[in-house]
Parts: sequence; C-alpha cells; structure tokens
Amino acid sequence: MFNDLLFDYTIRTVALGSGIMGIVSGMLGAFAVLRRQSLLGDAMSHAALPGIVLAFIITGSKEPLALMIGAAVAGWIGALFVMTIISTTRIKQDGALGLILATFFGFGLVLLTWVQSRPNAAQAGLDKYLFGQAATLLERDVATMAAIGGLALLVLALFWKECAILSFDPDFARSMGLPVHVLSALLTSLLVAAISIGLQAVGVVLMSALIVAPGVAARQWTDRLGVMVLLSGVFGAVAGVGGVLLSGAAARLPTGPVIVVCISALALISLLFAPRRGLVWNWFRGIRPVAGQSV
Amino acid sequence: MVDWSGMAVLHMELFTDIIFIAIVTAVACALPGVFLVLRRMAMISDAITHTVLLGIVLAFFVVRDITSPVLVVAAAGAGVATVVLIELLSRSNRVREDAAIGLVFPLLFSIAVILIAQYAGSIHLDVDAVLLGELAFAPLDRLEFAGNDLGPRSLWLMSGILIVSLALLITFYKELKLTTFDAALAAAFGFAPAALHYGLMSVVSLTAVGAFNAVGSVLVVALMVAPPAAAYLLTDRLPRMLALSALFGALAAILGCWAAFALNASIAGAMAVMTGLIFCLAWMFAPQRGLLAQVVRRVRQRWEFAQAMLAVHLLHHQATSQAVVECQAAHLSEHLNWSPAFTERVVRRAEQRGLLAQQNGMLTLTDQGRRFVATILGGDGL
Repeated sequence: MFNDLLFDYTIRTVALGSGIMGIVSGMLGAFAVLRRQSLLGDAMSHAALPGIVLAFIITGSKEPLALMIGAAVAGWIGALFVMTIISTTRIKQDGALGLILATFFGFGLVLLTWVQSRPNAAQAGLDKYLFGQAATLLERDVATMAAIGGLALLVLALFWKECAILSFDPDFARSMGLPVHVLSALLTSLLVAAISIGLQAVGVVLMSALIVAPGVAARQWTDRLGVMVLLSGVFGAVAGVGGVLLSGAAARLPTGPVIVVCISALALISLLFAPRRGLVWNWFRGIRPVAGQSV
Repeated sequence: MVDWSGMAVLHMELFTDIIFIAIVTAVACALPGVFLVLRRMAMISDAITHTVLLGIVLAFFVVRDITSPVLVVAAAGAGVATVVLIELLSRSNRVREDAAIGLVFPLLFSIAVILIAQYAGSIHLDVDAVLLGELAFAPLDRLEFAGNDLGPRSLWLMSGILIVSLALLITFYKELKLTTFDAALAAAFGFAPAALHYGLMSVVSLTAVGAFNAVGSVLVVALMVAPPAAAYLLTDRLPRMLALSALFGALAAILGCWAAFALNASIAGAMAVMTGLIFCLAWMFAPQRGLLAQVVRRVRQRWEFAQAMLAVHLLHHQATSQAVVECQAAHLSEHLNWSPAFTERVVRRAEQRGLLAQQNGMLTLTDQGRRFVATILGGDGL
C-alpha cells in the first residue's frame, strides 16, 4: 500500500511540498517558540487571508507566488498592528493578537464572499486557503515553496549568531550594540515567509500548529539551539510527509488536520518521554520539574 | 461557504431577524469578553472557540441528535477541558502558556475536523459553517411550539445565554471585579479565584457554542475581544466598560449586517470588520488614551518643559552679577542649546502666559513666573 503511494507521482509531489513546508516552518517556528511569539504565528496566519484574496483581486490569477506575496504582506501588516497596539495602548499582547487575528480574518472573509458572489469562475478554489488542500499542490507550487523557503533559511544561516543571541537574551544583544529592532523584524519576516509557504497546504486556521509544535517537541530533546532548530525542522518534515501519506492511505482524511495531528503527536510524545525533560520520568521519581528554561 | 446571494428575495422580516440575532450575539459575547481582556486571556477564548467543536462532535456520537441540548453542554465541557489542558501544560514548566495554547487547540480542532470528515454522511455538520458561521440561514431554523412560530431558534438560544451570563454577572459582580483586579486580595477574602476562573471559562464556552452557530468560531473572538478592547481605551470604570462594550458590540452588529447586505458578503466577517473599525476609532481618538491625545500631550509637554527650563534659568541668574548676560533673550539659545527660532517661540509663549516680562532684550520673571518655578521646584521660589 505504502509502496504504491510512494511511487504515485501526485502523492510524491504533495509529500515533497508538505515536507518542505514542515522543514521551513519547523526551523523558523523554533525561534518563535523561544521568543514567546508562538501565538504571533497564529495571528499572522489568520491575518494573511485578506492578503490572499486581495492578491487574487489585483492580479486576477491564482498564481501561487502572487498569493504567497499577498499573504506575507497582510501577515506582516497584522504583526505590525499587534506590536503598535501593544506599544501605544494598555492592551496587552493577548488582546492585541485576538483583535488582529479575528478582525483581519473577518475582513478576509468579507473579501472572499464578495469575490465569490461575483460572476467570475476564476475564484473557485480560493477557499482552500482556509483549511488548506495539500492534494492540489502542483510541481510548480512546490518549486515556489522550495525557493522561498530556501531563501528564508539562507538568511537565517547568514544571521545565525545574531538571531541566537536575540532569542535568548535580547537585553544582552542590545548591550552588544546589535540592531535589535532590525533583527527582530527580520525574524518576524522570516516567520511570515514560512507561514505563507504553508497556507496552501494546511490553511490559515491550522498553520499555527506547524509553527509551535515542532519547536516545543525539539526543545525537549536538547539544550543546544543549533540542534533544536535542526530537530524542529526534521519533526516538521516528518509530520508533513507522514500526514500526506496517512491521509492518502485512507479515504476522507483531510490532509491539513492529519498533518496537525501528526506534529502534535510528536510534540506530546516528546513532552512525555524525552530523556531528561520528559514529564513521565518526573512523575515516576516524584521530583519537581528539572531546572532549565521552559519554552 | 456562506453564500446567500440566492436569498435576495427574502422578506424584510428575515432581515430584521438576522439583525436581532446579530445584536444579541454581539452583546452576549462582549460581556464575558470584558473580563477576558482585563484578565489577559483573550487568546484562550480563541482556543475555546475552536475546541468546542470537538465537544459537539463527540456528544453527537453519543446522542445522535444535532439539536440536542446535550451538545451545548458537551461543547461547554470541551471548552473548560481545553483551559485545564493548557494550564496543565504550562504548569509542567516545559512550555510557556502561549506555546501551550498554540499546541492544544489546533490538535483538538483537527481531531474534530477529521471526525466530521470521516463520518460526513451521518453528521450534519459543515466545517466551513462552524468556522465561518451562517447567520444568513439562522432565521430559517425556527422554534415552534404547539404549531406556533416562536421565531428563530438561534435568537432564543443566544437570548437565553445572554440572560444567564447577565444573571451570573450581576450575582458575582463584586467577586469578579476583585479577582480580576487583585487576585491575591480576593483569595485572602476567601473569594475562591479558581472557582470564578472556571465559572468564567464555562460562560465563555457556552457563549462560544451559541455564537458559533450564528457567526462562526473565529469571529466569536472578534466579538469577544474587540469591543471590550475599544471600551478599555475609553474608561477606567468597570461598569462603564461593560456598558460601552455591549454598545460597541451592538453597533458593530448593525453596521456589519448593513455592510454585508450591501456587498452581498459574509455577515459574520462584516461584523468582525466593524468591531475592528470601532476599535481603530477608539485607538485614534480616545480622549485620554488615543493616539491623537498622546501626540497632543507630548507636544504640550514639550512646550511646558521648555518654559519650565527657561523660568528656572531666569530665576537662577536674575539677581546675580551675570544677569546682564544670562538673561538676554539672545543668549538663551546658546545656553539652553535651543535653536534661535525655538527660543523665540518659547519666550513668546511664556510672555503670553504672564510668566516673564521683556525689556530691551532683558527677560525678568514676573510674580506669576516665580510661583510657576516654585511649583516646579517645590520650594518657595526665592
């Protein structure tokens, strides 16, 4: 059964696309988790919806690159709103995130339903961005995803040391004279890129899981940033490919949610059974949580 | 997908039904939302609104009836279970609360979506509808009793939820207020913050279940967070914040319905956009906390500070031998490191206010100017 799946051309393309998405969102999501921005990913992926529809309205095509750029721009604007609200009002992060997430999504929904009520057949399929439809990934889409993802990871590699310092000790980074705001914006932009890659496959609603869960899982196995980021990418890729194969193996299994269940399962297993930080060992020994930072 | 383009022939009656459901839903969401925003738990509402779906699906497998009230109870239970799970995770010290939220709700929501997809034939639940709402169809599902039409079912459901949460709010107002603003003191008084916390979470879950029938799970978050956030910028008093939030919610509902009818677009989406616009207006123009007020205050402070500098400088030097030099208007810009144009404007403002008098380019403090310095320095100005 699995052999048939592996040699099926469509499944191979889709699995490759989901794997790339998993690697990129896993590696960049690890930083989001460390920087306590887990939910910013959720807000940005919801905020991307109006960008996708606007990109379609402006270009009149469903060219994945155009839609990804639209998603990224809208996600970025959403993040900017969140940060401005936090810095200029007494509303805290949670309120700002909820507000932007829901109102941007609502705006996207208005645009989407408005476009769909027009006599224009080309809009069909835009709503797959809500839950994602990995099965519709074409070779061209996968190439675009690989290009954007590769670029994002390259930038991460170039600024690796700065990003590492910023993630663990922003005050120290500032005292070293690093441009903290610029670096922070850079990491947020990379996260936006990762999100826009994943939207077609898992959709705006569930994308946040692919940002948070791999990082949480990876953190359980290591105390080293490099290892954690790599592991996070591997977990993301395993969940992406595994989810596609599983959902291909049975009828009526929607790919996006299955990928989310896979990555969440990896995270739960890691939380419970990782060698040193696993919760199960704690319960056995009846000792308090191990020292070290929670993520 | 909500598509009610074919419903253009609807009666006016149905439109009013839609608007009433929208208003009641918005108010019912805004009231618990106030406490979510104040307690910094807005994102937990995002989690709850997604996971109630799992409660509904699981309960459906047991009772096999999509209209059963058991579903509502189960959904509320799932909401509370979500909160417990998030707290367990973040208390384990392995993940922070935000990561715990981001871990729990996509998983539970995904499981619900998969279950619905697997048993699509037997469950009459559409994931799109759950997520996005179908307010346009809500008036079509009517409650009948002994053959009489009592109005839309969701209007009754949301009104019931609104009455329950109002009753709870009035009964536990004092306790809620204290646990929200000073949990430690509340605990010392024996108010059981934990019980109130889970009570609030139950109300939020219940409201989410009722509301997502009408507006969908994501937009419930807009109705719960945006109106209270806007109200929070306008007042410091809890009763006023509750009233303003309800008002903003209702206003967003009316404007949203109107915009959606005009554009032939999603009602729930338009309502969410309106809550966002109302927040933006409050953010820009709130009398004390708005961006505009902040800019005005900053500018005023700048002039006030400059005048204070000038007055203190004059007081310091005017009775001394260097007064001839130091109190020259022309010298000031050098000494205080101001541009000549700026110095001139500060001097003019201070003069208009009666703080100083100018004679042949020499500046002297008036009595009023001395009192001004005294209030700044906290002494008698001499």
